[in-house]
Amino acid sequence: MPTVKFEEALARLEAIVAELERGELPLEDSMRIFEEGIKLSKVCLKMLEEAERKVEVLVKDKDGRKRTRTFDLEEFSETGQANRDVED
Amino acid sequence: MPSGPPPRTLYTVSALTTLLRVHIESAFSDIWVEGEVSNLRIPTSGHAYFTLKDASSQIRAVLFRSIGRSLRFALQDGMQLVCRGRVTVYEPKGDYQVIVEYVEPKGVGALQLAFEQLKARLAAEGLFDQARKRPLPFFPRRIGVVTSPTGAAIRDIVKVTHKRDPGVTIVLNPVAVQGESAAGEIARAIEEINEMGGFDVLIVGRGGGSLEDLWPFNEEMVARAIAASRIPVVSAVGHEIDFTVADFVADVRAPTPSAAAELVVRDRQDLLKRVAGYGDRAVLAVRAVLRDLCARVEAERRGLLDPTALVARAIQRRDDLEMRLRLAQVNRLKDLRSAVEALRQDVLLRSPLQQIQRGLTLLPHLRTRLQQRTKVALELWRRSLEEYIGSLHALSPLAILGRGYSITRRWPELTVLRAASAIAPGEVVHVRLAAGELLCEVQKTANELIRKPGGV
Repeated sequence: MPTVKFEEALARLEAIVAELERGELPLEDSMRIFEEGIKLSKVCLKMLEEAERKVEVLVKDKDGRKRTRTFDLEEFSETGQANRDVED
Repeated sequence: MPSGPPPRTLYTVSALTTLLRVHIESAFSDIWVEGEVSNLRIPTSGHAYFTLKDASSQIRAVLFRSIGRSLRFALQDGMQLVCRGRVTVYEPKGDYQVIVEYVEPKGVGALQLAFEQLKARLAAEGLFDQARKRPLPFFPRRIGVVTSPTGAAIRDIVKVTHKRDPGVTIVLNPVAVQGESAAGEIARAIEEINEMGGFDVLIVGRGGGSLEDLWPFNEEMVARAIAASRIPVVSAVGHEIDFTVADFVADVRAPTPSAAAELVVRDRQDLLKRVAGYGDRAVLAVRAVLRDLCARVEAERRGLLDPTALVARAIQRRDDLEMRLRLAQVNRLKDLRSAVEALRQDVLLRSPLQQIQRGLTLLPHLRTRLQQRTKVALELWRRSLEEYIGSLHALSPLAILGRGYSITRRWPELTVLRAASAIAPGEVVHVRLAAGELLCEVQKTANELIRKPGGV
């Protein structure tokens, strides 16, 4: 889980842009929130650029607890041995 | 053996009842009967006792708990039933009754009825209330999926999700989605996902199938597990036309598993554009702020900080003040003169000593100012005079003598000679040179050049 929530970062970024566009802030404040906005947009872009395409499956451990491992769709194909039930 | 009435067979009540029971049970060991339920009673034993009736008759019926437990719907008075069973006699009371071994609602199927009943019950509990529905997360990073690992649903969800946002992690909790065990597995899987934590949203569903196939999603335990989930749940069961109880309890109902992924996962490209758009707008806005500021600084510089402008402004102001001062002085002098005049008149008329004294104190000021102004005026006059003299000097004919010219005049009259014919030999002329003067006697006059003696 990212420390900054994307949604919050985007909302803050939107507010900053609106504030800057209003153009009523003193220069120092403008520059301060501008820098914050650029940082936020970088954080947002970084979050968006993560592209692991991860698919995991929950499996039962020896002690009966569930843990995740990589899920291979092929392994669970309808003809595979892991076939548990069949949908139409 | 004499003939006569058949021998009297005397039965006890018990014997007759038993005989009837045996006859009836053998004759009606497997029958179907339809009728309306009335006088339904279910005591603590769990067996259901009721009367099946039609317009003109009625018959008692019993549904033992072992059979009733497997019913998907609940019996109700007034319900039209089709029952299969056997007829027996309850010997203690001599009542005959149908022991029901299978029952289905008349008209609608049992499943449909069960669906309607559960739906009505959960709706009455408020489980479908709009107020309970939670919004889906804006930017999910980890999605739980409860479905079959082999079905089309998980494949569709993975495909659509990663096409829209490859940064999303999908965690499948695999379950059977049809069959006896399915409902329990699905309910447990939803609980497990909640227990694990770290999920933003949960998709529960399966691909299309018959009403029987979709049945687990109409089971109460699945509905309750969805309702109890702390993670927002999207249901995705079957096709667009299929509605299950799970759909009503879920926070969002998706018509298909693919649609669930589309509802849950935002398109990354859209978000990228949005963030980039904000970035561009921020830069433009700051540029505008800076431009505005530069313009203001420039204006300030021009208006206040430019020394030439400052000086020009100060000069203008000073000139203005001076003019006003002069005007004021003139007026003041006039005033003073008239005041003095008035005083003089007063003195002449009434000789008021005090007023004379006051007038006298004013006079030195007046005198001083007049002296100052006179001095300035004189100075200006002197300067302009000097300039005038300078220019006069440049125009003076005497200055021409410096270049070798001379002025010749008749002596002693000192009238200027302009022609040789105006004087005769023997007369005396006065010649003015640049430096000094000559007194000469005329030897000869001519209108043309006089040749030098011996010249060519």
